[in-house]
Amino acid sequence: MRETGRMLPVGGLSTIGRRAWRVGGLLLAVGIALLWTMPLIWSVIASLRPQNEPFARGQVWFGSGLSVSNYFRAFELAPFGRYFLNTVMMVVAILSVQLVTSSLAGFAFAFYRFPGDKILFTIILTQMMIPTVALLVPNFRTIRVLGLYDTIWAMAIPFWGSAFGTFLLRQSFLAIPRDYGDAARIDGCAWHMILRHIYLPMAVPAVIAFSISSVNWHWNNLLWPLIITQSDTTRPLTVGLARFTQLGEIGAQWGLMSAATLIVALPLFVLFVIFQRRFMEGYMTSGLK
Amino acid sequence: MSQLRTKTKVHLLPYLLILPTLLFVILFTIYPTISSIVGSFFQQRLNIPRYRDPVFYGIGNYTDLLGSAGFRMILGNTLRYVAAVVPTTLVAALGFALWLSHKRHARFRIAIFHPTILPMVSAATIWMFFLTPDYGLFNTFLRFFGYSGPENWAANPNMALWSLVLIAFWKDAGFYMIFYLAGIQNLPGDVYEAAKLDGAGPLTIFFKFTVPLLRRTTLFVTTVAVIGAFRTVDHVFIVTQGGPSSRSSLLLYHLWQVRFEYLNIGQASTITVLLVALLLAFTISNFVISERRTTDA
Repeated sequence: MRETGRMLPVGGLSTIGRRAWRVGGLLLAVGIALLWTMPLIWSVIASLRPQNEPFARGQVWFGSGLSVSNYFRAFELAPFGRYFLNTVMMVVAILSVQLVTSSLAGFAFAFYRFPGDKILFTIILTQMMIPTVALLVPNFRTIRVLGLYDTIWAMAIPFWGSAFGTFLLRQSFLAIPRDYGDAARIDGCAWHMILRHIYLPMAVPAVIAFSISSVNWHWNNLLWPLIITQSDTTRPLTVGLARFTQLGEIGAQWGLMSAATLIVALPLFVLFVIFQRRFMEGYMTSGLK
Repeated sequence: MSQLRTKTKVHLLPYLLILPTLLFVILFTIYPTISSIVGSFFQQRLNIPRYRDPVFYGIGNYTDLLGSAGFRMILGNTLRYVAAVVPTTLVAALGFALWLSHKRHARFRIAIFHPTILPMVSAATIWMFFLTPDYGLFNTFLRFFGYSGPENWAANPNMALWSLVLIAFWKDAGFYMIFYLAGIQNLPGDVYEAAKLDGAGPLTIFFKFTVPLLRRTTLFVTTVAVIGAFRTVDHVFIVTQGGPSSRSSLLLYHLWQVRFEYLNIGQASTITVLLVALLLAFTISNFVISERRTTDA
């Protein structure tokens, strides 16, 4: 009894010490996380302020009550529903074609040896070093010559060949034992059956990783769509928001701006929160290759 | 005969498979690069009738640009911007990754990573409020620490560029953290056990083992980050529009301005060439360094 009585405080103290260390670490972690999410938290709160309540020193958070009027006003001032539709169409038009072209090219580079394969691969990879948008002068001209200015296609077609997709899929195809494909070939399988039934199913993580990064990139992209669209029927969300913030009548109505900002960011953000594991793991896979 | 035919067919197939990708890469990357180089030797200005059609100008565009103090400033802005954004973001990303690689703190990853999902346009719009004079949150935050310097960050000639750096830092640190998290997961555990048994302190372990072992990740992230820094100018459009008087203008933003506001196609092509040259010089030297170090090791 006595012994345990003497032992306990000592053991207890060190546990308390460790626990204090742990709680301190946790508090610090919560602090950093809060600091980092502050812009998002603020914009959610500010967007819910009643309209016509000006911001001032010390009055930048909650207003006199909660209201969604900013959201309605934003939808009145700009056709965000239409912008949303345009963004979705653009992203689908880009990704669906990218997945086909990249799997074909990735398969060719992984499964076949042919004269010039290294040079051709290098040519394709230059796309990763020279961003398409940096070449906006000639690409703008090409799109005009093709008669595609101010269409969904104009935003999508320049990205239909993807060096990153080709590279990522080639890498994960290379990890598949050759024997699988060779055996299938001897059994009389055509190349497209080998690709569809053996290679693609085994490269699903890479396909997901690529899809996520492609959708994320193009959903959020501003410059190219800004250059190549001019009407509300084609303009995507990002360009719509950029114009919205520059509307004269908006001025410093931060509640309204926050609402518009969140309307643009929210769809992808909700998907992210639902699939956050997938998102982050997807990016981790793409980085490892 | 039939043998020969199947043989040629097999030989042709891989070319056909890469054809679509190759076609689009040639049409929207290779051809425009060459076309920009050619265009940079011509004077073509859509707002001046005499120069509506390209007129040969030799290296005039290059001497005009590099001789202009304004353009040299924008070039300097860009280099300073990249030199400021990339290292700070990388260090923060590594710090976050080391912190959040612990299972106990893994649930905070989403807090650090979420800016990646936001469009830069949205992020910049929110930050514009943070940087707003008087009641802006950023100033309030700094005042708390006794700050009383320039208040209007985005409109202050000395601060506008750093406002952009700050936004990019916040937006990208979480993204690069992901790659470091992946790298840390693959660190060999036994090396650390051995180091700990030898009595190595946490700092020694960090600098002697973690940093060198993550070198490949760092090289990869550096490349991604530099290319990203050169090509992301969305926040310039929203927050500063390159101002005040081009003090926060970046190369790609300026390129857009020269093409679509000043309608000077020859000069825009020249800026394209310089931008591409910078990107290639960086990527290739980075690649060479990584190859040499790898063979040394």
